[in-house]
Parts: sequence; C-alpha cells; structure tokens
Amino acid sequence: MTLSEHVQPTGAVAGYRPERTLRLSVELRRQFKRRRTIGIFALMVALPLILIGALQLGGSEDAGDNARINLVDVATSSGLNFTLFVLFATTGFFLVVVFALCFGDSVASEAQWGSLRYTLATPVPRMRLLRQKWIAALVQSVGALLTLATVAVVAGGITFGFEDIQTPVGVTLDQREGLLRLVGMLGYLAVHLLVVGALAFWFSTITDAPLAAVGGAVFTMFVFAILDQVEQLGSIRDWFPTAQEYAWTDLLQTPVDSADLFRGVVQSLVYAAVFTALAFRHFARRDVTS
Amino acid sequence: MPRPPTVGRFVRAVRGPVRPRPRLGARGTLALLLPLVSVTGLLVLAPPAAAADDVRTEEARVPSGSGADAVELDTTLFVPASAADEPAPAVVLAHGFGGSKQSVADDARDLADRGYVVLTYSARGFGRSTGQIGLDDPRYEIADLSTLIDLLADRDDVLLDGDGDPRVGVAGGSYGGALALLGAAYDDRIDAIAPQITWNSLTSALFPSQEGVEDSGTPAATPEGSDAGVYKRLWAGLFFGVGSAPGDGLLGALGGGDGAAAGAPLDPSSPDPSSADPSSADPAVVEQALTCGRFRADICAAYQSAAATGTLTPEIRAVLDRSSPARVLDRIHAPTLLVQGTQDSLFGLGQADANARGIAATGTPVKVVWYAGGHDTQADDRVTADLRDRVAGWFDFHLGGTGEDPGTGFEFPAPTGLGGGGVGTVQGGTQSVRAGTYPGLAGADPVQRTGVPVTGPTQPVVTPAGGTPAAITTVPGLGSLGAVLGGTAVEIPGQFAAFGSEPLDSAVEVVGAPTVELAVASPSGSATLFAKLYDAGPDGGLTLPSGLVAPLALTGLSSDPSAPTQVEVTLPGIVHRFEAGHTMRVVVSSTDQAFALPAEAAVYSVGLAGPGVDLSVPQVAGQVQTDAGTSRWWILLAVVAGLGLLGWGVATLWGRRRRRRVSAVEPDGEDVPLRFEGVTKAYKDGFVAVRDLSFEVRRGQVLGLLGPNGAGKTTSLRMLMGLIRPTEGRISIFGHAAGPGAPVLSRLGSFVEGTGLQPHLSGRDNLRLYWAATGRPDEDAHMDDAIAVAGLGSAIDRPVRRYSQGMRQRVAIAQAMLGLPDLLVLDEPTNGLDPPQIHAMREVLRSYAATGRTVIVSSHLLSEIEQTCSHVVVMAKGQKIAQGTVEEIVGTGGAVSIGLSDDAETDRAIAVLVALPGVTAGRTDEGLVADLDGVGRAAALQALVSAGIGVDEFTPRRRLEDAFLALVGESS
Repeated sequence: MTLSEHVQPTGAVAGYRPERTLRLSVELRRQFKRRRTIGIFALMVALPLILIGALQLGGSEDAGDNARINLVDVATSSGLNFTLFVLFATTGFFLVVVFALCFGDSVASEAQWGSLRYTLATPVPRMRLLRQKWIAALVQSVGALLTLATVAVVAGGITFGFEDIQTPVGVTLDQREGLLRLVGMLGYLAVHLLVVGALAFWFSTITDAPLAAVGGAVFTMFVFAILDQVEQLGSIRDWFPTAQEYAWTDLLQTPVDSADLFRGVVQSLVYAAVFTALAFRHFARRDVTS
Repeated sequence: MPRPPTVGRFVRAVRGPVRPRPRLGARGTLALLLPLVSVTGLLVLAPPAAAADDVRTEEARVPSGSGADAVELDTTLFVPASAADEPAPAVVLAHGFGGSKQSVADDARDLADRGYVVLTYSARGFGRSTGQIGLDDPRYEIADLSTLIDLLADRDDVLLDGDGDPRVGVAGGSYGGALALLGAAYDDRIDAIAPQITWNSLTSALFPSQEGVEDSGTPAATPEGSDAGVYKRLWAGLFFGVGSAPGDGLLGALGGGDGAAAGAPLDPSSPDPSSADPSSADPAVVEQALTCGRFRADICAAYQSAAATGTLTPEIRAVLDRSSPARVLDRIHAPTLLVQGTQDSLFGLGQADANARGIAATGTPVKVVWYAGGHDTQADDRVTADLRDRVAGWFDFHLGGTGEDPGTGFEFPAPTGLGGGGVGTVQGGTQSVRAGTYPGLAGADPVQRTGVPVTGPTQPVVTPAGGTPAAITTVPGLGSLGAVLGGTAVEIPGQFAAFGSEPLDSAVEVVGAPTVELAVASPSGSATLFAKLYDAGPDGGLTLPSGLVAPLALTGLSSDPSAPTQVEVTLPGIVHRFEAGHTMRVVVSSTDQAFALPAEAAVYSVGLAGPGVDLSVPQVAGQVQTDAGTSRWWILLAVVAGLGLLGWGVATLWGRRRRRRVSAVEPDGEDVPLRFEGVTKAYKDGFVAVRDLSFEVRRGQVLGLLGPNGAGKTTSLRMLMGLIRPTEGRISIFGHAAGPGAPVLSRLGSFVEGTGLQPHLSGRDNLRLYWAATGRPDEDAHMDDAIAVAGLGSAIDRPVRRYSQGMRQRVAIAQAMLGLPDLLVLDEPTNGLDPPQIHAMREVLRSYAATGRTVIVSSHLLSEIEQTCSHVVVMAKGQKIAQGTVEEIVGTGGAVSIGLSDDAETDRAIAVLVALPGVTAGRTDEGLVADLDGVGRAAALQALVSAGIGVDEFTPRRRLEDAFLALVGESS
C-alpha cells in the first residue's frame, strides 16, 4: 500500500478531523475517572448531610440568643431554607475553592503528568484543547454546585420538610417561587464564581503545578475579600472581582431588586472573559516544555 | 476566608442592598444627626460629579436686610462656561439645618455641569454668614432669598424673564426645602422649586396629634392636630441643639463623623456668635449666646418653653406657624417637585401630602416623589443619584424648557415586607412604582382604600408616672430601632393594647396612612397615646414599618370605660407590603420615649370602636418601573450571544484560512518524512538549545539522533511535535510545515521524555482514552498490535501506578505506535528496559521500518544507535556534527583491528593479509590494523586462521568514536 492513499490534503491522516479531537465526552470521561473529581462530588454530597447533622445535634439553646437576623435561625424551617443556608455558608470559601480546583487543575495537571504534550501532538489544536478543558471544568464545577444544591434540597426537605421559604425577615416565598429563585441564585453563583474559575484557568496555563494554579486563584480572591473589608477603599471595592459576592441573596426580596445582580453578572462576565482571554493568549504562544 | 464571621449571618437583607459591610455601625452615633445637618440629606452622598474645568466659582459676601437684622451672607456662585455665550437659568441651592453652603457644593457643581448658574449660600446664622437663625422666617430668611434673586437678576449670564426677574429655581432639603416653599410663596419671581424632606407645618411636625381623619382622598393625608399635640421631644431637642450650641461645639463633634456634614461650622475661623459682637460683654447677651446660640431670641424662648412644659402654647404656635408653608401654599404658583422620605420620623409623608394638596389646589403643577430614605436614614448612592437626576430633570423642563416633561405624577418605592428604618435603605430602594397622578389631588380620583377587619377586646393601658419606662420605637436619625434589634420594637407590657387582623389571604401593599376607629376612655378625660401598625409574621416576628408611630393627644374623653369616646385615628404614612399569611396588628401604647409624656400615672381603657371595625388601608396602583429591570437582562443576553456568534464566525474564518495554509505541500513530501532546515531554537535568556540544524530523513529509514545529554536532541523532537516553536528555520513533516496543531502531526507517533500516562488508570484504559482523544475511528487504532508491543500480558489491566519503570515505558511506546503512524519518534526508548526487552524493542522498530514507515530514535548511547538504526545524525551542543549511514559513521568501511594471541606472529599475519587482493595492513600504536577494502571480514579471518595464526580479537575499527567521545567528555 502506498502511504499517500490515506492522507488528506491538509497532510493529516485519513480519519483525523481536528473538530473531533478531545471531544467533551472523552474529556469528561477522563476527568470523572480521577479521584479528585470523584472526591469533589463526594464532598458536595456529604457537606449538606454534615450540616444537617450539625444543625440537628447543635441543639437550640444558643440559637435564640442571637439578636441579629440571620439565615441560621431559619435554616431549619424548610428544605429550601436549608439550601439557602448551605449556599450562604459555602459562597465565601468552599465554592471558591471548588471552582478554582476544577479550572486550575485542568491544564496544569496534564502538564504535570506529561500527557499534555501527547495530547498536543495528537494533534489537538491548542485553542481547541483549551476550549474543551474550559468547558469540561465548567461542567464539573457547575455540576458540583448543582449536586450540592440538589442534595441540600432533597436531604433538607426530608429532614426539615418540604415547606415554603421563610426569609429571616418573616417574608414567605411559596415552594414553586422559591425553587425558581433558587435556580436564579445558582445561576448567579455559577456566573460569579466563574471569575475565580477563569483566573485559576489562566494560572493553569502558566504553571505546570496544579497546586500553584488553584492556590494562586484562591489566594487572589482572598486578598480581594480582605481588601473588601477595608472601608477606606470606598467605592473602589465595587470593582473588585469579589464584589457582589452575596448579591444572590437579593433574590429573596419581594419584589426582586436586580440592580446588584445585574452589575454582578456583567462584572463577572467581563472579568471571566478577560482572564479566559489571557489564558488563551498565553497558551497559544507558550512553549510546552513539561 | 473572605469573611468568616458573616457565615450564617444574613446580613444582606438587613443591612441594605449594597453589601454586607459595617457601614452604619462604623459611623456610630455620630450618624444620628447626619441627615439633619447634611443639607439636602439626599444629595450629599453621591460621588461628586467629575470635576468640570469649565465651571468657575465666585465667592462673595452679600449684605442683606437692614437695621438690626442686617446680615452678610456667605455665597458661592457656580458659573458654567456655557453661560458666557448664552444666559442660563439659575438655581439657588439651600442647605439643611446645621449645614452651610459647603454642604451643597457637590450638588451645585453637578447642576452647574448641567448648564445652570448655581448660587449656594449659608443661611443667616449658619456657616460664615452672620446673623441669627429665624427658622425660615419670611421677614429674614425669605427676604434674604429675594435679595439673592435680585443679585442674580443683575448678572449677564443669567437668563431673565423680565427686568429684575431672573429665570430661577430653588431646591433644598429639610430647612432648605421649607425655604424653597416659603420663597416661592413670597417671591413670585421663582419659577420652579424642588423642596425635599421638609415640613408643611412645623407645628404639626413638632407637636403632632393624628386624631381624626383628613378626608381629602390623598394617600398620606394626616390630620394637622388641633390645639394640642404631643411634643416630639427628642427631635426638637436635636433640632434646637444643632442651632444653639455656642460656637462649633456640637457641630464640631458631629462633623468629624462625615465630611459631608463638615461645613463651615468646622472652620475655626467661622464667626463665633459669642465673640461676633465686641459689645457682647453685657452679661445678658452672653447668657443669651450661651443658651440660645445663634437662634433669635423669640425662637429660643419658644423652644425653652416647649422643652420645659411639653405643651403647645399660643406663643410657640405663632413662632412655628410663621415658619410653616402651610398657610401660604395658595400663593405658590411655581411648579413644585415634592420629594419626601419614607424613613422619616421628623417630617413624615403627611407633611408632603399636605403641601401637595395645598399647592395643587390652585392648579399649580405638583409632582410627588417618595423615596427610601429621609431624616432617619440616608438614602443609598443609587437612590441619591436618581433623585439628583430627578431634580435636574424638573428644572430642565420647567426652567430650561428642555428634556422630557416630568409630569405631575406620583412615584414611591416599591413596597417590601421589611421594616426599613435604621438599618439602611433596605430592599426595593432602587425600584420605584410610578402612578399617573397623586391620588386625591385636584382632578384625580381619591386613593383606593381597602378595609381589613381587626378584632380585639377593650384593654386597659397603663401610663406610668413620669412616663418611664417608655416604649422605644424610633431613635431620631436612626429610625426604627426595632429593625436594629431584629424586628421587634420594644413595647412595655401593660402599656399597650393590641388589635389584630386575620392572617391575610394575599399580600397587601399599603401606600399611605391607614386609618382606624378606636374607643378610648380616660379617668382624667385626656390621654396621650401612640398608635402604630405592626406587621406580624406567622412565626410571631413583629415589624414596625419604618419605625413610625402616630401620637394622639386626646382630650374630652369619657371617663367611663363602659361608655368610651370614639376616636378616629390616622396611622403613620408608610410604604409597606404585608405578605400573605401575615397579620396587621394595631398597637396603641401609652408611652414612647421620643415624645414628651404626661407625668401623672393613669390607666386608660382602649378598645375598638365597634365589633366590625375595619382598618382602612390606602393602596395605590402603579407601574413598577421594570423597564430597566428586565430589558437590560435581555440586552445583556443579546450582547453575550452576539459576541459568541462573532467569535464563532471569526474562528470559522480563521480555521478555513489555516486549512488553506497547511495544505501547501512540498513535492517530495512523501519521500522525505522529516526535514529540518536551518532550525534554531534560542530561549529568551540567550541559551541556544539548537543551532542551525538541518537534516533529512527518508522513507523506511530508522534514524538515530545521537548526542550526549544536552545536545539538543529532545528540543529538536519537541519542535517537530509542535510543542516548541523554533526561533528560526522550518521543519516539515511529509512536506507539510510542522507547528502547533498542524494536522500532519496526526501521522506522527511520539514518545518523548516521560510517559504521560495517567497513574490511576490501567494501561489499557490509558491507551483507549488516548485513542479516544484523537477522535479517530477505533478500527484505525490497531490496539491489539500496540498491546502486543507493550507485551505486558495481564498486567495491562492493572493501574499504571503499580507498573515498573520499564512497563510504563513499554506502554508509552505502545501508545506512540497506536494507529501505526507513518513517522514514529522515540526519545531514549530503551532507558529502563532490561536487555531482553531492549533486544525485543530493536526487533520491533526494525520490522516497523521494514513496512515502509519511518522511525526516529534518539539516544546518547552509540551502541544503541549502532544496533537499531540504519542512519544516524550526531549532535552536540545543539549542532549537527556528523550525518550518514551507521556504516559510514560507525564502521568506516573496512578497517579492522586485529588482536593476535601471540604478538610475535604479527609480521606473518601482515604477510597473510596483504596477500589478499587489495588489502593493506600494518602496525599502529593500537596494534595490528588492516584495511580490508572490499574483502569480507569473514574471508580475512578465514585466511588468518588457515595460516595457523591465533586471533583473539577481530573488531571493526571506529575512528569516529574517538572524536565523539572527546566531545562527550568535553561537554560533560
């Protein structure tokens, strides 16, 4: 047989099509065979259960002493309330780490294993590789978020009852409305946390150490969160990537005031787009030496 | 942790819409008076407009009044550059009580940026202006305003309506708002006004009694009270204290809390009333200065009398009425924008309601805007900016004749179920509801009222001696204390009567002042009571909307509890949403610590006027302004989708271009699987890994890339795989340019440095997933062949992390051979393999090349190359040293060195060899060397052995090895 028979005009071997390389299903299969991914999801399932246990065990002695209106006080009034509490408790740290992990690990871990060069020499075009990694990381992290919420709704509902949402200020949202708003909150959280993810993703294309990428992104977010507490910075803080972190709680209002949400979404999208663009730019020019 | 302490604390809903930050707490109690002293309480918070270079300011001290009341007013005029070309309308900005012209400077600049000539000044008795405070007395403060308008009329850059009549508007909050109203009543040159959070009747604001029902059809109509009222002790004290403190005392302390409040009073050079007049050595004057500060004597006396007795005397009423727009509203013909706050326990919504009614009665256009804020709470930045725009819009239309007609409608913040009050402008602050008209105003339908039945028995209500302890609902400036304490105002048991509704079937949004009819009896015939409307949640949580109460000074009551007097009561004007399932609870208590209370103890009897009494709640239908709310989300979606489409289009075009480019092929491509042409790789730090490397590999060859460590072998292979971009030169694979992602790389199989296997997967899964990632058909993989190459047996199904180095290596080589690539690139393939495996690997590679495919092997071992390859490229220090067949490089044709068992036989051996055709032989330093020149080694050996010469060694001589070893030795 002659070799030229099975060659395309582009020089590629017959059967090779760039747009079929590293399909999402393959990448997800690769990721979901990893213990890291399984661990995240296990944690997402476990966390609400642990919190339920803690709320059940903790007793109600001290709960009443807290004069401040808070979500813990109403956490046990229904499954949806419990879900809100879980989200509130995880927004600042836990979910940040999860998003940073899913995105920050994506490229750097391949570099660490040394499999990145074989994938690139397959060849998976670099931009496509990055795109698929980005989407897979998004699927994983949003999947983790949804898992958390679903487990919280179901387990919380079983434990505390499938009741209406009681907001701390005594406003009630019926279940249908409550679920709808919950979806909105999850959507907002996903978009907002995308900033952390995109930042970690950018770092992931720079370093070959997944830990550095994840840690760098989390660290950056914490620095902003700490700066956020410095009153002297005034309205500069509104431009931080961490700004409007808790804006999703606006969805508890009736009527919903979406101004902060809107600002948060736009700002997050811009930040995420910038970081993602930086990632692509860097990776396109980079020498892969790992 | 970003903010560990906030976990579990639902700060957002109670703190306000911006974010959970301790804004309010940080200001502490100093915040108490800020709304009072800050001038247009609503405007000062917004960030100052971008500094406009084209606005110039003129400072001037303007004399006003005559005789003993002559004063000098400290003024600043903001003139936009545009006014020089074309005269512009003017706006006078008046400050709030305790402020000065400085407090409105930002607003002034903002308006000037919009093209107005803006005049700010410190009212008499404030800031650096001289004189005494007359509480917007028409004889003094209002006359001052006319003086200033005269001043504006003389200017060339101010638009004139007529001789001495400039086109001018007046705006201000609180004290300044009343000035605007009174000014418009007394000076008809004023063309538009925008008074904010101000009073209609100072009497009813400071001595309120909400007994009775004002039957006007407006939503917040509140009775102005009769001759008696309950003295609003705390507020009045603060009000007076700000103006009376000698020198800078109180304000100095307050001003430190916020720059906005720090006007001229902070300035050490500001005139101190006690030293203003050198003749003040008179003890009576000194006493007056110390107790009354900068207040006029008659006002001071009225305050002292009120504070001491808590009763409204005719003298006090005369003073307060003089300062109230209430009596002169019919003289106002300037279009009026009335802005009032829902969080205002000093001048409630009822005050604006009365103003609106009075002004609209003469057909003057009136627009009413309620906002989430007021004397109790500063509005958030967004609301503030919005109001600023609204005021500017009002003047644009009514002064400048430009812009959209703001109309005469009614706007109020969308009702929420939250208490509001002292914890910031809470939710809904930025959403407002717009109604076409203010209900009940001239021509408009009266407000719609719904009856909500309330029930409850007649209850005794104790008023304690001395009025202590007292219920706490409102702290001036902080608003609803209840909201701070978590939704429960402090009610003292025994001191209140409560009447509740059934849980509501659906949410009720109350906009305005509800009314209810009570039946009250008092042994003395009079009673001081406080009525309020709580929102009671299903879980028992109580919210007092905005922390507002309706004081009642009742007289002429029946002393017989069995035959009580019926009393109609107007509850405070609120904007509140009572959620479904909540109940409305009317609470009537005998004490409230913000008010003067009777000193005598008594027990009142308080009940509802009848069994079927309805709470009459006003409701206003309107359009929630969602235009910005939902449409912007759609716009965002459209923008994102648009950008996505654009990106997709660009990517497609780029891909097409790229495909055309990579399709360019060299004609001899198929015969030359790999060609390096002048390839150089220099790193940024100056290190040159590969320098000007050129070589070719032909089909079917097994090429060895030989060189010591660091010779640039791996870098060259990485460049060929598209992992590294060469600095210069071109690499082509089968005639196509190699580079990142070049499709031709799909004909390449590679194993370079490290196996790249995923440790948690088995060898087989690794191979499968790798192949799946290529996206090529499964049948192209030749998986079984590859697994045979790896030769792991059953170990192929164990996780890779349990493999030995050699096993991993073999799996990685098998991975490189998946799909039987036309060009196989292996970097140090035999590292870590044991001798039998090395041997097997050589066989595999040789037979692979025999199928017409090409193999490239790199190694630093000469023997390795020699035994595996047909051709070799020798590299050192990034450069090619030699190139050729292995024969050429390694064996150099026919030279052999011969070791004899007996050196004495050397000569005989030479003779034997030379006898063979073409062979030369001789002694060298290394012993006997023969050049066979075409004669086979076997034949030569045969000849020696036949001649009976014992041969120990008979090896091909390697001249190159010496040079190569020297290079290696040098570099290592």
